[in-house]
Amino acid sequence: MPAVECSDLVLRYGATAAVDGISLQADAGEVVAVLGPNGAGKTTTIETLEGYRTPDSGSVRVLGLDPRAEHRALVSRIGVMLQSGGVYPMLSPRRAVELFRGYYRDPEPTDALLELVGLREVESTPWRHLSGGEQQRVSLALALVGRPEVVFLDEPTAGVDPEGRIGLRAIISGLRERGTCVLMTTHELTEAERLADRMVVVGTGRVLAHGTPAQLAVAGGDRPSVRFTSRAGLDTAAIAAALGAGVVEDGNGTYTLDAQPSPRLTADLATWLADHDAALVELRTTASLEETYLALVGSDHDRPHDGDPVPVRRRTRKTR
Amino acid sequence: MTLRRGETLLLTVGIPVVFVVFFSEVHVLPTGHESAVAFVVPGVLALAVMSTAMVSLGIATGFERGYGVLKRLGSTPLRRDRLVAAKIATVVLVELVQAAVLIPVGLGLGWRPAGHAGAVAEAVLLALLATIAFGGLGVLLAGILRAEVNLAAANGLYLILLLLGGMLVPVAKLPGALAAFARGLPAAALSGGLHATLGGGSAIPTESWVVLAVWAVATPVLASLTFRWE
Repeated sequence: MPAVECSDLVLRYGATAAVDGISLQADAGEVVAVLGPNGAGKTTTIETLEGYRTPDSGSVRVLGLDPRAEHRALVSRIGVMLQSGGVYPMLSPRRAVELFRGYYRDPEPTDALLELVGLREVESTPWRHLSGGEQQRVSLALALVGRPEVVFLDEPTAGVDPEGRIGLRAIISGLRERGTCVLMTTHELTEAERLADRMVVVGTGRVLAHGTPAQLAVAGGDRPSVRFTSRAGLDTAAIAAALGAGVVEDGNGTYTLDAQPSPRLTADLATWLADHDAALVELRTTASLEETYLALVGSDHDRPHDGDPVPVRRRTRKTR
Repeated sequence: MTLRRGETLLLTVGIPVVFVVFFSEVHVLPTGHESAVAFVVPGVLALAVMSTAMVSLGIATGFERGYGVLKRLGSTPLRRDRLVAAKIATVVLVELVQAAVLIPVGLGLGWRPAGHAGAVAEAVLLALLATIAFGGLGVLLAGILRAEVNLAAANGLYLILLLLGGMLVPVAKLPGALAAFARGLPAAALSGGLHATLGGGSAIPTESWVVLAVWAVATPVLASLTFRWE
């Protein structure tokens, strides 16, 4: 049984479907990222799994339970980090953790939890005086207080500085080792790639692709290409002649070869560059994850939707 | 947490105490034949109930909603009925603190409550009914308005009910139509009842019981039907 499972999930706000048939699942000890641009339906999906919304159709199960009908049995086994807010602004991290500890039967010790999320130094500072990243870490701590089996993190890296991101990565790795299932949303590809075992790419309420980062990187393989980075302004005609393939400089010393990747091609390219005293800075022989992602989200964006084109409404605004 | 907020203490204890002292000593209120303190203490006790049950509870709940605290609590094992029970307990506790401060102050200023022990019991019962009515009203507003709008609305309503509610100005002194309207409000029903028992030593008028009972049923029901948790 997967820890988290939803199939053909549909949620509408009025006439528009925010989620239009999303299916996904996540197992214990697995970190799954729901990745997509703003407005893709990520938060609506995760909040349905948390039990905040009733699906218009489709089924949702968390630890085998219905998040709404069996809410009471489920809440003590999940941890939730909302996209924003959720904490009394006057509470310090320590008091917030202590307050939430009271809700669970076997909570984490306060000191250890504050240590884990790196809030010991500001543990007595009221929440409203904390930085954005520290506020996020308070939310994370509150999600972990009850030793949950499933953790939902909605945009956990938003507003978090690079150091905080490294800390978050360590915490998520720790959860994975404990056998906790982590389902997170993000619109940042690099974070999803670093944190997640699997990614579910969503756009306009539907799943566009899913798989491990490596699988997704290959999924863009319908446009095979070899890209390399070197000195700007190389003689592309000479390279093309030497390799027997077209070459385009995309600018700034990045070149795309119109050829199937092969060991021979790689060797020939390296030889040519060596002969011309040009360094081979970077070489990629498959479509990168980023290209795949942009291709997925971009083509989804271009696709005409029901009800398009949206008429532009002029809003009259009273001036004061 | 409620008593740690300075503004809560000011609203629920500070202002009522100031009112009792000021209007008992400075005879500006049109209280007629009654001594000022005899009129003011029951009126301010009514005001105290309204401050706590409607304004303090309503504003706090509105901000908890605005901060997403209520939403976040929705995914913890804290049950809704426990949360509501905790809020009711807080309101009653604050009201006890208010009574413990205001009654000695009133007595010190020469207030002599009329009536017998039964009157006090009746007054307490009426105050509890009013707590439900005001609490329902406060939470009703908190559940549908944005936190800042709710703050303004609760304070505005507080002022209106203070003036029309027979707390400082007897309802009888209001112009005819306004007085009739005011008598239908929970504020006047509570203060009228408290004036009758604690001031006049007579029984609480049926009108007070009926008006408050209607509000005490209507506002919590409406609040629970319309309340939005996020």
